[in-house]
Amino acid sequence: MNYVIRRLKAFPLVLIGVSVVVFVAIRLVPGDSITAMLGTEAGLLTPQQRDSLAIYFGIDQPWPIQYWRWFTGLFSGDLGISVTYGKPVLTVILERFPLTLELALLSMLIALSIGVPAGVFAATRNERPADLGVRIAAMIGQSTPSFVVGLILIYILSAGFGVLPTMGIFTPFWQDPLENLSQMILPAVTLGCAFAASVTRVSRSAMLDVLSDDYVRTARSKGASERSVIWRHALPNALVPVVTLSGIEFGYLLGGAVIVEQIYALPGLGRMVLEAILQRDYALVQGAVLFIALNFMIVNLLVDLAYAALDPRIRLEGR
Amino acid sequence: MTSRFKYFLGLTTAAMIGLSAISQAGAATLRMAWAQDATGLDPHKQTAFSSLRLLELIYEPLVRLDADLKIIPGVATSWEFSDDGKQLTFKLDPKAKFQNGAAVTSADVKASFERILDEKTGAANRANYLSIESIEAPDAGTVVFKLKQPDAPILTAMTDTNSSIVPATEIAAGTIGTKAIGSGPFKLEKWDPNSKEVLVANKEWAGGPTGVDGIEISVLPDETAILAAMRTGQVDFALLNDPLIATLVPNEPKLQLNRAPLLAYHVLQLNPARKPMNELAVRQAISCAVDRQAVLDTASLGEGRVTGPLTMPFFASDPNSLFCYKQDVEKAKKLMADAGFADGFTATVIAATGEPPTAAAEAQVLQSQLAEIGVKLDIKMMELNVYVDTWLKGDFDMAVALNGGRPDPYTMYNRYWTKNGNLQKVSNFADDSLDALLLQGRAETDPEKRKAIFADFDKQLAEKAPWIWLYTGFGYTAQQKNVQGFVPMPTGSLVSLGKVTIQ
Repeated sequence: MNYVIRRLKAFPLVLIGVSVVVFVAIRLVPGDSITAMLGTEAGLLTPQQRDSLAIYFGIDQPWPIQYWRWFTGLFSGDLGISVTYGKPVLTVILERFPLTLELALLSMLIALSIGVPAGVFAATRNERPADLGVRIAAMIGQSTPSFVVGLILIYILSAGFGVLPTMGIFTPFWQDPLENLSQMILPAVTLGCAFAASVTRVSRSAMLDVLSDDYVRTARSKGASERSVIWRHALPNALVPVVTLSGIEFGYLLGGAVIVEQIYALPGLGRMVLEAILQRDYALVQGAVLFIALNFMIVNLLVDLAYAALDPRIRLEGR
Repeated sequence: MTSRFKYFLGLTTAAMIGLSAISQAGAATLRMAWAQDATGLDPHKQTAFSSLRLLELIYEPLVRLDADLKIIPGVATSWEFSDDGKQLTFKLDPKAKFQNGAAVTSADVKASFERILDEKTGAANRANYLSIESIEAPDAGTVVFKLKQPDAPILTAMTDTNSSIVPATEIAAGTIGTKAIGSGPFKLEKWDPNSKEVLVANKEWAGGPTGVDGIEISVLPDETAILAAMRTGQVDFALLNDPLIATLVPNEPKLQLNRAPLLAYHVLQLNPARKPMNELAVRQAISCAVDRQAVLDTASLGEGRVTGPLTMPFFASDPNSLFCYKQDVEKAKKLMADAGFADGFTATVIAATGEPPTAAAEAQVLQSQLAEIGVKLDIKMMELNVYVDTWLKGDFDMAVALNGGRPDPYTMYNRYWTKNGNLQKVSNFADDSLDALLLQGRAETDPEKRKAIFADFDKQLAEKAPWIWLYTGFGYTAQQKNVQGFVPMPTGSLVSLGKVTIQ
């Protein structure tokens, strides 16, 4: 418990660091909200017109003052207003988050339910044809970019079967579970396949390590069935690196899967941040990155806690 | 375990194939898709192509353009210049109504133009209205613009969606840009940026009735996905940007591709403020070394036509009559040698990533063509906004650009080639005779005389070669064949969606 509190105490410091970096980085890039809105037509503005637009976009003050205003707003839960959406930043983020969260969970579910069994299967048939087959499949899965998988899936479905899920909008699960799943399954499979490949490889090598450990030999010599040796004795320990990998991946996914969202036209967090950067919607970029960083830290903490649960030898307090 | 694995695979496949089939056409709602969403709702401020395509369905200007770029009624039914060309009078359509039920009156027109002229608004279009001295509203149906000097192109400028008429009450309330209330064919019911727009027919539209009950626009950022959605019948009508995707549409038996030659032009901008582009001979050498048709064929699959500076059919010259429009490498080499650059030089060319989609390919073709005369180009690709910033500062040796075209030559080019043009910093080229021709063309009201003035301008600009004009492309829309009545426009406008029907 102390450990959790200690970790939580570090959160604000990291978040402040992140916020400063994002704040400065996005302003260092040439171009601003005015050129984003007007493009080359911005050249037709008189200096007075430019000043009024700068006030409108809230970029008329020097950076430190802009930052201070934004920073003090944070304490009252005010992340600012998004100029593109005309809504509070937090509202925009929370509207997009359910999709991103669902996509992350679904693709993790697909990846783990393919990857872990496949890895274990390969490890128990080490260097036999079945192992080789799984390894080749994993290699292909890992090296095929998601946009290729995505576009191929879309092409096969639309040209071959004449069907395609509704694109462009998101139907929340609680509104229409079937419609929701039909929209989410392709993106989840696309993301899940690539990740399943990594999970397969990691769980295979972890399993091989564990299977050669003394305690597994002990278990076998005590007469435990092969099934019980693998699933009860070996697997929990072999899962530690899988949890690490999944934790990092899940953290990334909570920041949105830009390419997959782009291909399947999903209004998720990733595309929102991308558009916000292109539009120089400063408040939205800052708020979203902060939100994503917070998610990442929470997931990381949960992963560390999961280690302890999986392997009693790991003591978090002592670290 | 293996059997469980198989079971799972089976489940996934079944789920994928059993994806809910597409709900077939809700009788009269047009389902539309585009890759780029609008960025805002203020018709006086939003200049992005994607924003204008949405706003022109909601708002109306005083006058409009037809597909031949002739001026036709909008909110106004008739218009007249006074004999001295210093007064422009509009009669408004008595049937014109805003979507809040109020009639469109001269007070709204006056308030709208005063808002555009007010520097606090930040309307880029203001630059086209500097000749306005005052706006009078003698009665509810009449508006008079008093001008400081004769200004023929002002009428064409008024056809722009950026000059739309908005309710005076909404201006006073400060809600322009948050609420969209126009007098156009559709009302905006819902806008979820970068996801979806829902438009419903405006039953009181003066130009009505509309052919469909509404339009639902989905934002599908990947154009391959747009094509796939059209293939399955999920989308009736789409705006396409990439020639590589557009040219695939005719392969689909149920789909139709509409092409409209656009006014916007692809160009290699030279920076005459920098050495050695300050030398006329060097610029002309570059012009002679470029094979414009090859650029068009390679970068854009031949989708378009080679153009001179003026792109509107009424004013455009035959490209073959312009300086060095037939590639002549020998002449180019001689010009380089005369200017003292027989060994060539190195220059950096900037281009925006994906904007237009052909930008990188154009830069590469130009790079290989100019290498023949010893000009070594370093290509620098930039994110669009970074590019715009760099471009506006004139901070480049050369730039590959797709610049917007206007129906009137003066409005299109005064920003670059008059001495006090707003974009002198970008063109870096001041020339007495180009300046004089533009000012002459602005004051002249006789169409044939204007045509002669601008033909001279076109010829001189190509010969002085501050930029190397390349080609104009097509504006693409794709539609199911049961969609009827869409008229492609050289401005890229989708305004005829107001009359489209679904059979």
